[in-house]
Parts: sequence; structure tokens; C-alpha cells
Amino acid sequence: MAVPGIRNVADARRRLMATADSQAAWSALDCGFAAVADVFDECLAAARQHIAADELPAFLDAARAIGKLGRGAEPLLAFLECWPRVVATLAVRQSAILPTLQESIRRLQKSPNAPAITPLLQTLGAVAERLRSADALADYQTLALDLAERTAGSIHGRQTTHPSPSLPDFLAQAPRLLGLLSLAGLRRWMEQGIRLTAEHPEQQRAYFALASPESRAMLQREREGTLFADVERRLALSLSALWADDSPLVPYSTAFAAPGLRPYLATDGMRLPDALDSLSGIDGLGRYRAMLAHLAAHRQWSRPLVADNWSPLQRLAVETLEDARVDLLLLRRFPGLRPLLLALHPQPAEDACDPDRVNTLRHRLTCLSRACLDPEHPYTAAATREFATRLHALLADGPASTRAVAELALAWATRTRVPSDQFANVHFADTEVDYRDDNRHLWTFIEAGDEEESFEPRPAPADPEAAGLPPRHYPEWDAATQSFRPDWAAVYEALHPAGEAADIDRLLAKHAVLARRLKRLLDRLKPQERVRLRYQEEGSELDLDVAVRAWTDWQSGQLPEPRINVSHRTDGRDISALLLLDLSQSLNARLPGSDQRILDTAREAVALLAWAIGELGDACAIAGFHSNSRHEVRYHHIKGFSEAWDEPVKARLAAVEAGYSTRMGAAIRHAGHALSGRRSEKRILLLLTDGEPADIDVSDPDYLIADTRQAVESLAAEGISTFCLSLDPNAGRYVGRIFGPHWRVLDRIERLPEQLPMVYLNLTR
Amino acid sequence: MTSADAYRLRKQPFYQPQDNEVALYEAAYAARLPVMLKGPTGCGKSRFVEYMAWKLGKPLISVACNEDMTAADLVGRYLLDAGGTRWQDGPLTLAARLGAICYLDEIVEARQDTLVVIHPLTDHRRTLPLDKKGEQLAAHPDFQLVISYNPGYQSLVKDLKQSTKQRFTAFQFDYPPAALEERIVAAETGIAAPLAEQLVAVAHAGRRLKGHGLDEGISTRLIVYAATLIAQGIAPADACRMAMVRPITDDADVIDTLDHAIAAVFG
Repeated sequence: MAVPGIRNVADARRRLMATADSQAAWSALDCGFAAVADVFDECLAAARQHIAADELPAFLDAARAIGKLGRGAEPLLAFLECWPRVVATLAVRQSAILPTLQESIRRLQKSPNAPAITPLLQTLGAVAERLRSADALADYQTLALDLAERTAGSIHGRQTTHPSPSLPDFLAQAPRLLGLLSLAGLRRWMEQGIRLTAEHPEQQRAYFALASPESRAMLQREREGTLFADVERRLALSLSALWADDSPLVPYSTAFAAPGLRPYLATDGMRLPDALDSLSGIDGLGRYRAMLAHLAAHRQWSRPLVADNWSPLQRLAVETLEDARVDLLLLRRFPGLRPLLLALHPQPAEDACDPDRVNTLRHRLTCLSRACLDPEHPYTAAATREFATRLHALLADGPASTRAVAELALAWATRTRVPSDQFANVHFADTEVDYRDDNRHLWTFIEAGDEEESFEPRPAPADPEAAGLPPRHYPEWDAATQSFRPDWAAVYEALHPAGEAADIDRLLAKHAVLARRLKRLLDRLKPQERVRLRYQEEGSELDLDVAVRAWTDWQSGQLPEPRINVSHRTDGRDISALLLLDLSQSLNARLPGSDQRILDTAREAVALLAWAIGELGDACAIAGFHSNSRHEVRYHHIKGFSEAWDEPVKARLAAVEAGYSTRMGAAIRHAGHALSGRRSEKRILLLLTDGEPADIDVSDPDYLIADTRQAVESLAAEGISTFCLSLDPNAGRYVGRIFGPHWRVLDRIERLPEQLPMVYLNLTR
Repeated sequence: MTSADAYRLRKQPFYQPQDNEVALYEAAYAARLPVMLKGPTGCGKSRFVEYMAWKLGKPLISVACNEDMTAADLVGRYLLDAGGTRWQDGPLTLAARLGAICYLDEIVEARQDTLVVIHPLTDHRRTLPLDKKGEQLAAHPDFQLVISYNPGYQSLVKDLKQSTKQRFTAFQFDYPPAALEERIVAAETGIAAPLAEQLVAVAHAGRRLKGHGLDEGISTRLIVYAATLIAQGIAPADACRMAMVRPITDDADVIDTLDHAIAAVFG
């Protein structure tokens, strides 16, 4: 006995629906899937709510066609569930969007990609929520169909016979992708994916499932808003300019990290999101700057507290008031940031939530924080006003301390506690202060951690090398005893093994545009090289000065100077430069956002520089060094002063590899030895390095710094100028101690090929 | 004969001592030791010399050195006259005759071979041979030589020879500490002390970027320029951008950072 609304009939077609209307619709659907019958009443109710009555038959028609595709119940279920939501989200009549979808389904059904219809429909609702326009939804389907066609395999080149390996993954990821990218960005990301992985179905799947590093890197590049990578240098500059703080800035991925991750202070630097959109009329850069200022203020004024004995409620109060304190202090120092911070600080309405029904702790704290920062706050609650005033009073004569603020926070927590603070139902709206961090630096825990003992990896043995010259021993300066350690470092000089010279030519060809620009610059430099040859009996023009003097002599009865002409000679640069490359292990690090190593970039830069120096006619030598304790400092000869910039030299440069450590002093002394034989007017040692001196057998970093400084000074005494180009953004800490004023930090390693020749030109101009 | 009075300073130049440099200079002058002033651009080297000349009541002859300067430009030469020739003293000779302080500004800009002519004046001889004229000029007892240069130039080619350097006693100048610099700016331009404090804060932000995109920090002179503009009624942020940021760099990131610093300080 069939009862309406009771789902007990085996044959789904004869299932009874709740109402006569839905019964009629069910018949029209002509569907035999029990799974669909189970939810049909609910789906139809939703459809009636969002789809105009006169368009319901078209909806049922479309559903009937989808049910009869022969793909099982899944596509139909997905359609029935998502479609009303799509129509509601886009707020258009169904007729504006349904035909496009039907056409897309028809085209997929006719291709080997038919299984992708299910994921297309499953994610359509979420996609519509991101796109919010009928046109964009149509464009999205075009994009998906395009991907399907271009990645489907064919055997004879005409008929596609294999389904696209990546289409289902793409459709499944679409909502997430559209949350991060615009439709145009999505298209570019997709194009890249097709191009990179056309021949490799496995890689293609990984790319479109967001599982491969390239895919994530491309995604990052197409992100909307302000990318950390684009503003990193400005942020780092702001941090040193405004706060004299050089902590490293490290991005975390907003696309892949846990949702809700806030900026935070780690022991090794500040962590910031990798991309930020505009918020409350503040652009991404402004938000970054607010975060940076807040973090820097914490670093300046906050000290950690022991957390163990405090309840979460108390800790939250301490964190909020401490945030307000450092914000106030930072505004005291930089009042111009007030509009920025206030724009980003929410101003929840005082009566936004009912303290009897929900947990209002966060709401109360946000109001208090706003009241502290904003003198024109609207809040009337006595506790809020009182504690804001008390915080200001605390800061009246000095920055106070985290501990003092903690006491104030405890007093606040005691005063304003209400029973609902124990409720799980927390009022969250408008309580997130965008620029603030998660305050993990504010707490220390006494209970024992579970750190494991760490083991230093054994230094890898240096590979045995072909016997070269016997070692040259150099002394090393011991700053502690103010004396040299005699014959301390053994430097082995050898010809660097050769690789493919053509690689270097390729690198130069890659930078052909830059090379042309440099060439123009070099040509412009040339006229300045013209040296006047005065006192010539015959020359290109009259030297007025001398001519007048000769005439005066003649007039006063003295023997006049007959050499009154001047001519020119193009030359005048008498410079020997030795470029010394740090080839330590750290050069193998990859550049952020690319798979190029720092070493590769350095190699390109050196190739360009060597070419440019050759064009200028200066004498140039290139050498590299690395060390494996004081017994083995390797000095690789790449180019000698008398060698031309030709095949063997390029081959050696092409084979340069990085490894081991950086014993700078010994290498500088050896390079100075090579330079001291030159008879140029100017002898320059250019050192390209990415870090401070270090070696495995030295634990005190200051020892090698002092030694390197000593080496630089002894070279200076011989008339050899040393200049250091550091790729370490934090080099400011130590490099001045070694090189005095002769150093420069190249903040953007990727621009090294452009910068290195320019630096050289400026140094020798 | 040119009168020494033409080279005397009429008005006291404003100079804010940073340390005991005034006393040290007076001692150096008493012994007529040549003096070298080192320090970044715009930190008050030239002003210090003017002030000392005024304080000691001596004439001051300044020469801005450049690459095309020859020894004759310093020493002097014969010129044609209606009736024949006439000897014209160069600034160095003039100073040695009159007993003035001769100040060679930015001396590294001059060619090193030109500078050799100052050597006999800077040691015990205190003479200047004028070979053209056949005269061995003994320097006036009041004569003193002062040179300045900025060792911060990021050029390895421009440096002084050791043989030149070692003829001088030297002062190392630097930008004054913040409190002192504020007083200098306020005294120099008459702006209010809080404003001077803000200007100095911006300059300090800029100085921290030296080596990271800036070759030289924002000098005291530029702060004074900014303050001068403000005194004329320009908005402080605009004046800072015009006088303290745009002149010193073309690097877009650095400009942006400094603009942000200005906004953060002034609002």
C-alpha cells in the first residue's frame, strides 16, 4: 500500500510524492532513480521558491534530459540540487542561463569527456556564487569546454577518443580557483597549464588538481590583489626606515594554509600573507603596512608572559589590551597611520548582540580596543569608557609594559564577566581586527616541550680533485688575541673544470635586450674616456689657454711655447678588476617563485659583466671560491687577466657549481695576491657573495668577520680597493664592519644580471 | 692689490657645535696645521669653515674643485693686458699672500696631479713656488689650508693619495644627533620645534636606507631646505617630498617607502 510521502516503493517511478503538484512534476521527470526520488520533494520545493512558475516546465525538461544521459543518478541529483541555488544567486530569469548550460552538457555528452558532466554540475552552485553574473557563468562554461577540447587525446589527429585527463580535476577545483582568481586570471592559469603539460597526462592532472608546484606558482602569479612578492622590497625598506628593524619577512600561503591563519611573529622573522585584497577602502599595500607596523610595534614594546595559569578568557583580554597598547604607542610615533588603522579596525555596534543569549566576550573586547584607539568612539558602556581611559593613563608617562597591561586586562575581565562568557555560541561578527597578528609571541609555556635532540649532519667529504698547484698558505687574523695565526688557511688554486661554452652564449642571447641597452650605455661612456693630449705642436684644435700663454710670453720677450695645439686620444681607463665569486652551498637556494637557483642568476650576471668589462677594455679576471675548513680553501680560476672572453673561459664559467662554506678572508688574500701583480692605476676586487663569512670549523662568526676585515685592510694598504656586492638582504648587520663604506646590497636577486654591470660602471665611472 | 677685507665674512654664520670641534680647530689654526674635513654631503663641513673663519677673524677664500682644474687655476697665470702682460694670482696664491684660510671644497674632484701643488704649502716649508713668475712665495703667517671631501662616494677611482692625506689633520663630521639636528633646523629656518622634530624623524628613516637603494642619507641641508619651504607656507608633506625624497633617489620602491614614512610621520 503506497502512502503519499512515505518512501517505500521499490520502483522509483511509481513513488508517491508529497503533493499533487510534485507528483505531476515527478511524472514529467520520468525518472527511475531511487536516490533522486528520495530528495525530489525537497528539490522541487527549492525550485518553486527560486524559479518563476512559468519556467518550471523548462527546468523539469532540462532535468529529464539530464536524467536520460545514461550517466546514472549523479548528474541529475547534482542538477536538481544546484540549479535553484544558481538561479537564486545570479538573480536572473532561468531562461537567461539554462540554454547555455544545456548546450554545454550536450557538447560534453557528444565527446569522450561526458563523465565530466557530473563534476560540472556539482560545483556549478559554488562557482555561480563566486561569479555572480550570467555572462561570467557562460564564460566559465566556455573555458571548461575549451579545456576539454584541447586536452582530450586523439589517435589519428581527427577524432578525439581519449577523455581529457584534467577536466574533472579542474571542475572540482573551480570554486576554489575562482575564489582566488578572476575569470581572466583563471584563463591565463589554464592556458599555462595546457602549455606546460600538454604531453604529459599525469603532470596535467597534478597541475589542474593544484598538486604540482608549478601550478601553485602560476596560481600565485595570477592572484588578485597585492602580491607579497611585488611589495616585499618596499615592506622591508619601510621596516628598516621606520622601525630600524631588519627581521626577515616571510610570506605564508593564503591559498593553501589553514583558513584563518593570521600574520604572526616567529623567532626567525615576521610572517605575512602572500596576497591581500583591498578591504574597507584600504588597498593591499596599505593593509601590509598596517600589519608590518603592528608587528614591528610588538617587537619593540611587547615582552612575553607566562601563560600557564591564565584562562583563555583572561588571555584574550590581555592580548587585546596589549594590541591596543602597542597600537597607541605606534600612533604616538607615527600619527599619520591613524586613518589607516582606524579604517581597518572594525567598529561593532554596541548593541549588536544580546549578552543573555550569545557569548559577547569578543564583541566587548573589540569595542574596548576601538575605544582605546579612536577618541571619537560611540560607546557608552561604563566599563569600556573607564578602561580605555585607564589604558591612556597608563601610557601617559612612558610606554608602560606588557605586565602592567596584563594587570589592567585582568581587572577588566573581572569587572565585566557575565555568565554567557561560558557559552559556545560566540558573537564573531565585526570582531576581527584585520591588521593584528595572532599574538603567539606573547606567551611562553613553562611545561616541558618535546624537542628532540638535534643532530648536526656530518659535513660531506669534499670530492677528491685532480692534483693541481701546491697549496698556498695564508695567515688568519685572530681578533681575540690581536695577532695572526700563521699559515692558517691552505688555498688550493686550480683551473675550474670546463663545461659547455655554448650554455653561456645561450645565457647572453637570453639577455640580448639588456645587452643592447648596456651597449648603448657603454658607447655613451666612451666619449668621456677621451683624454686631452695637450702641448702638441700639431693637433686637432688650438689650446686657448696655452696659446694665450705663448702669446703673453712672446709679448714679454720670453721664448714662447710652440706646442699650442691639443688633440684627443680615446683611452684613459686603466683599471684591473678581479671578480671573486662566493660559490658556497647557499647559492644553490632557489629564487622565490621560480626554479632558478641564485647560482644560475649569478652566472648570468657574471657573464654579462665579463662581456661588458671586455667591451670597455678594462682588464678583468674572474675566480670563484669555497671552503671546507681551513685545510681546504678552493680557489677556482675561471678567467685570467690576459685571457680573452672566449670559449675556454665561457666553458669554465658554465661549469661553475656551488658547495661547501665561505672562508672569505683567505680567498680575498689570494685574490689580492693575483691583483698585486697588476700595474694598473686602479686595482679593484669585486666580491659577489650571498652571506657572511662562515666555515664548518669556526663557531664564532665574529672571528671570520674580523679576519675578512683584516684581509680587506691589508689589500687597501697595497692600493687594492675591495667592493662587496651582497645578495643577503640582512647584510647591513655585518658587511659594514668588513668593507667599511664599500658595499652594496642587491635586494632583488632576479635583477642581478641587470644590476651587476651597472654597479661596475658606476664604481669605475 | 686685492684687499683681504673683501674675503672677510660680514655676518656671523650660524653653526651649532656638535662636540669640541671648535676648540680643536682653534688649536690646529694656532699651529697653522692643514685641516681636512671628512663627512657626508650636507652635514655642515663648509658651514664649519665659514664659522671658524668668522670666529678667528680671518678672510676665507673658497675654491670648488673640479676635474678640469689645472695647477695654474690654483696658482695663477699671466694674462694679456692692453700694454703687455699682467700676472694674476690664483686663489691659492692669493690666500697665501693675504694670510687667508684657503678652503678647497670637494678636493677629490680635482685631478690628483693638480693637487701636488699644494704639497709645499702643507708641510714645514709653507712656501708656494711660482715658477712662471720666478717667485718663491712664502706664505703669510695667518695662511691656512683646509680641504673637504666626502669619503662616502661609492667610487673607487676618486680617492686621495696617501701622500696627500698624510699632510692633514682631520675632522670626521657626521649628521648631528637628532636633538641637535632639530635645534639646527629650527634655528636655521625659524620653524616650530615639533615640526623640526618630525622633519628629522623623516630624515632618520631615510638614513636607515643607506646602502639599500640610497647612496647617501638625507642630509641636514635637505632638511633645512624642506623647513625653508614649510616656512613659506608649503604643506609639510609636500615640502618633504620635494626637498628630501625626490632629489636623492630614482628608485620607485625607495620613493614609495619614504613617501609612506612621510605620511606616517605627518599624517
